[in-house]
Amino acid sequence: MPNKIPEEVKVTKKPKGIEEEMYVLKLFVTGILPNSIHAIKNANAICEQYLEGRYELEIIDIYQQPSLAITEDIIAVPVLIKKFPLPEERMIGDLSDIEKVLKGLDLV
Amino acid sequence: MPDSIDINYQFIIMKHVSPEKLKTNNYKFPKSKTGIPGLDDMTNGGIPKNRPTLLLGNTGSGKTIMAMEFLINGIVLFDEPGVFLAFEEQTDELMQNVESFEYNLAEHLANNKIYIEHLQINLDVIKETGKYDLEGLFVRLDQAIKKVNAKRVVLDSLDSLFYGLDSKILRSEFKRLLAWLKEKKVTAIVTAELGDNFLTRHGLMEYVADCVITLDNRITNQITTRRLRIVKYRGSYHGNNEYPFLIDEKGIAVFPIISEAYQQKSSTERITSGIKDLDEMLGKKGFYEGSSILISGTAGTGKTSIASSFAFSVCNAKKSCLFCAFEEAPNQIIRNMQSIGFHLEPMVKSGVLTFYYARPTLQNLELHFLAIKKVIAELKPTVVILDPITNLMTEGPNSDIRSMLTRFVDFLKTQHITVMFTAAITVGSIERNPSDEGISSMVDTWMMVQDIEVDSERTRSLCVMKSRGMAHSNEVRKFMISSKGITLMPIISEKNKSKADAKRSEKEHLNLSTSKESIGTKDSSR
Repeated sequence: MPNKIPEEVKVTKKPKGIEEEMYVLKLFVTGILPNSIHAIKNANAICEQYLEGRYELEIIDIYQQPSLAITEDIIAVPVLIKKFPLPEERMIGDLSDIEKVLKGLDLV
Repeated sequence: MPDSIDINYQFIIMKHVSPEKLKTNNYKFPKSKTGIPGLDDMTNGGIPKNRPTLLLGNTGSGKTIMAMEFLINGIVLFDEPGVFLAFEEQTDELMQNVESFEYNLAEHLANNKIYIEHLQINLDVIKETGKYDLEGLFVRLDQAIKKVNAKRVVLDSLDSLFYGLDSKILRSEFKRLLAWLKEKKVTAIVTAELGDNFLTRHGLMEYVADCVITLDNRITNQITTRRLRIVKYRGSYHGNNEYPFLIDEKGIAVFPIISEAYQQKSSTERITSGIKDLDEMLGKKGFYEGSSILISGTAGTGKTSIASSFAFSVCNAKKSCLFCAFEEAPNQIIRNMQSIGFHLEPMVKSGVLTFYYARPTLQNLELHFLAIKKVIAELKPTVVILDPITNLMTEGPNSDIRSMLTRFVDFLKTQHITVMFTAAITVGSIERNPSDEGISSMVDTWMMVQDIEVDSERTRSLCVMKSRGMAHSNEVRKFMISSKGITLMPIISEKNKSKADAKRSEKEHLNLSTSKESIGTKDSSR
């Protein structure tokens, strides 16, 4: 299962200031397509495990809000955008590659 | 030799595919006109309606402009709104780039007839974390189509869109995109680079649209020629060759060759040459309307004057005339002709006379013709004058030129336009000038002007070498240019003739007598 989070991935110790930063994440999906469902599951799991209590995850279905696809320049979906902390990062795909996601979130 | 193939091609079409037959093909296959002059002729009615067409070409070959023109023509000519998705250029950049053409993009944007969106996928800075697709593109495209109720869509270009994508995803998404466009019932043009074999490299050729057009930009003899070719057109007859095309301030025009082969009208109406005496030589009535006329002669024999005289008389009859000058600038022609009584300037001002002036080396002959054709399409002149045609002939091999010229004359004939060429020939090569030989056989009326010596005096003379379908004079006439225009006179009047004869016989007598004398003196010395 791609959405199973491996045990051995550990969060490395970060300097205090950064660790307490709030994460603002946006996940763009397309309805209930398999990739989207996986992405939502994975995103929720990762956030719960690594960013407990200090994240804000907004899930946007561009089928319902197509105008947001333009403002955020979305082409490939699903895509997870880390709005904060800066710099902005984009991760496309169903987020099954946890290591890459953590790298993108600057948690490794 | 693309041009020699063209000739064969014309021939084949004329032989095997009658226009009626082509017409019956039309209803089977719905087509969408591009509105680009020539292209619709080549494709026999446009690109496949409600289907994607692939436009391939190298950088700078004119893909974006052609695609944009397809959209603009859709709006202006066929009331079909369009969507332009740019993956390469930003919207404002794109608008600036096409600003130089008369597209009125801002106006169409304001009227909600066109929608331009810039999309960028930059996989270099994006991490792939698993499976994904390009559904976002479809969502946005769908929204864009709905926004203006688009019937035409352009995606420019595929390479930028798919750059860096995993080839498996790319293939499935590309296939999906084409199917999606068909489903949406939009006529689409999708552009892609030709150079790096993007499509073949990713094994996409098999999915490729029903219609594939390639653009090319080639340099020969330091002159660039843009060419267009239809590689594939499923279910439709199309022209197979490469056709040159032109991009100017009005957009794109392709030089159609096929359309010119059909239906030449032959008129029995006459048009005066503007020189009364010349009309007299031409069966007393002048040229046939819609015929081709060649004036050849050495330098300074008055070719331009005859051409101007013709232009002057045409304009005086309030008919439109296009004067294509390849040697002298229009101002100079106007000034010079003023001196012999042809006041061309007011005619230029009133719009009946139009000058097209271009340096022969500016572009190759084909493009000159294409440019002239565009002017002709706008002006719809009765008469076109090319002065001199020989200047154009320096560009390229002779056989090419001949076939191009033939096509051009064909085109003018279908348009029922009378054309007059002047050709400068060098002294001594009057009988055997290769370029002249090339044209003189295809024109309807051929006149020769030359310098001859009469009574130790340099005299201009004119004779009609041939004139199809009319009784013409075989006389060589003296040709006078004065401040009142051009007059032709019998070269030696009866009186003069006898005088000349007398002179000659006198001379001969003298010669004879002197030789006799010399013989006599020789005899006496013996």
